[in-house]
Amino acid sequence: MEQATEAPLKKTPLNARHRASGAKMVPFAGWDMPVEYAGGGVTAEHMAVRTRAGLFDVSHMGEIEIAGKDALAAVQRISSNDASKLQVGQAQYSGLLTPQGTFVDDLLVYRLAPSHFLLVVNAGNIPGDYAWMVENIKPAGDAVAVDASSRYALIAVQGPQAQSVLQQLTGVDLASIKYYWFAHGEVASVRATISRTGYTGEDGFEIFVPPQSADRVWQALLEAGKSVDIMPCGLGARDTLRLEASMRLYGNDIDDTTTALEADLGWIVGWKKDDFIGAAPLREQKANGTKRKIVGFEMLDRGIARHGYDAYIGDTKAGIVTSGTQTPFLKKSVGMAYLPAEHSAVDTEFDIDIRGRRTRARVIPMPFYKRQK
Amino acid sequence: MAAAYPAGFKYTKDHEWIDLAGDRGKVGITDYAQQQLGDVVYVELPEVGAKLKQGQSFGTIESVKAVSELYSPVTGEVVEVNAPLKDKPESVNADPHGSWMVVIKLTNPSEAGSLLDAAQYQDLIK
Repeated sequence: MEQATEAPLKKTPLNARHRASGAKMVPFAGWDMPVEYAGGGVTAEHMAVRTRAGLFDVSHMGEIEIAGKDALAAVQRISSNDASKLQVGQAQYSGLLTPQGTFVDDLLVYRLAPSHFLLVVNAGNIPGDYAWMVENIKPAGDAVAVDASSRYALIAVQGPQAQSVLQQLTGVDLASIKYYWFAHGEVASVRATISRTGYTGEDGFEIFVPPQSADRVWQALLEAGKSVDIMPCGLGARDTLRLEASMRLYGNDIDDTTTALEADLGWIVGWKKDDFIGAAPLREQKANGTKRKIVGFEMLDRGIARHGYDAYIGDTKAGIVTSGTQTPFLKKSVGMAYLPAEHSAVDTEFDIDIRGRRTRARVIPMPFYKRQK
Repeated sequence: MAAAYPAGFKYTKDHEWIDLAGDRGKVGITDYAQQQLGDVVYVELPEVGAKLKQGQSFGTIESVKAVSELYSPVTGEVVEVNAPLKDKPESVNADPHGSWMVVIKLTNPSEAGSLLDAAQYQDLIK
């Protein structure tokens, strides 16, 4: 996320469309991406997703496929969650962990066929993840990893009206796709894989389509969404939405210095499965506890606590803020921070140094926002 | 939807405006500045009595996206602070040229001559 990029910025298949529509573009993880759209803005786009529908170009995300007779064993070895629980057509959130139990990346694992998996990874990590996978699936036997990122465009339609918008464009019965399942079909006459997943805390779908057809699908969704006032949404709203829903962001809240348990992601660790990379330190931490833990907090004083700001218990520097924003829907200044485990209980108050000003914050439960089902 | 740039104001290259009346001027940020910032959520202002040099930071303004310094267009003393603005920072977006932040009493009123007029400022942001 923060690595300097000398190379020219990469462009998604929708880049020209974003530029033509007057989106404000920023460099992100080596990509030229829309941060917000003309006529939108972070707050308006965020609210569109919470109350109606929003459309995201997330084609910068990476897609790595693992296939072969021993593909399941390979995925089991490199990812923290238990992929044997996945049926064909099902997906799960997981971690790609170091031997120390910290994150190489976080990802979604899709089971396309019994011995064929699709791993969706963060844009800034594609080459590193791919190299890591190639190396670390070797002991698992007969399986190959292929970086298929250039074969996919990825469009997310998110919000309470996402299903009604998308249903106009596809013969797939969307109501029958359960949360974290996917189906193959057509969207706007384009071959597509439709997944009921997202990074907003809202109902919605992520649609994998061939890059050359991305613009057609994007325009069709905008047209179909007109009646509910759908908005194209940039990375700005994507960040406030995921943070309001307390989803971790690689490079901010999790990285190769934070373990899955410190990040309170024990639920993506397959404790019952055989050995996997990072298992030993996690089992040790599970038995003995972690020294620090991620917390959600809200500001009691005015201001936004941002990534990298120091957290204090009394006069002692005790932790660090990993994400923070003013959430447009809850209208609260919230964030995530790592604090010593003994100071991580809900209602604990602590201080955050905001540019030299000590401001008060309080630990609150996560997720900050949970949609009504 | 862009707000007009009042012809009576003076402007800085840092995107502040000052509305002068005699040796005093109300100071705020321009429509262009608020558009660049996006949704403003926090405004930190100085105390009355603060002494400022031209170009010196007198506070910060924070949006969902970013934190920016506020720079004084002139040298002088803060004689009034728009305290209610702290509780409704979003008015900077809604009415940038009406949302003044401080009133500065100019040490040297001729300094205003070094500022941009509305036409020059709009050329700058073209």
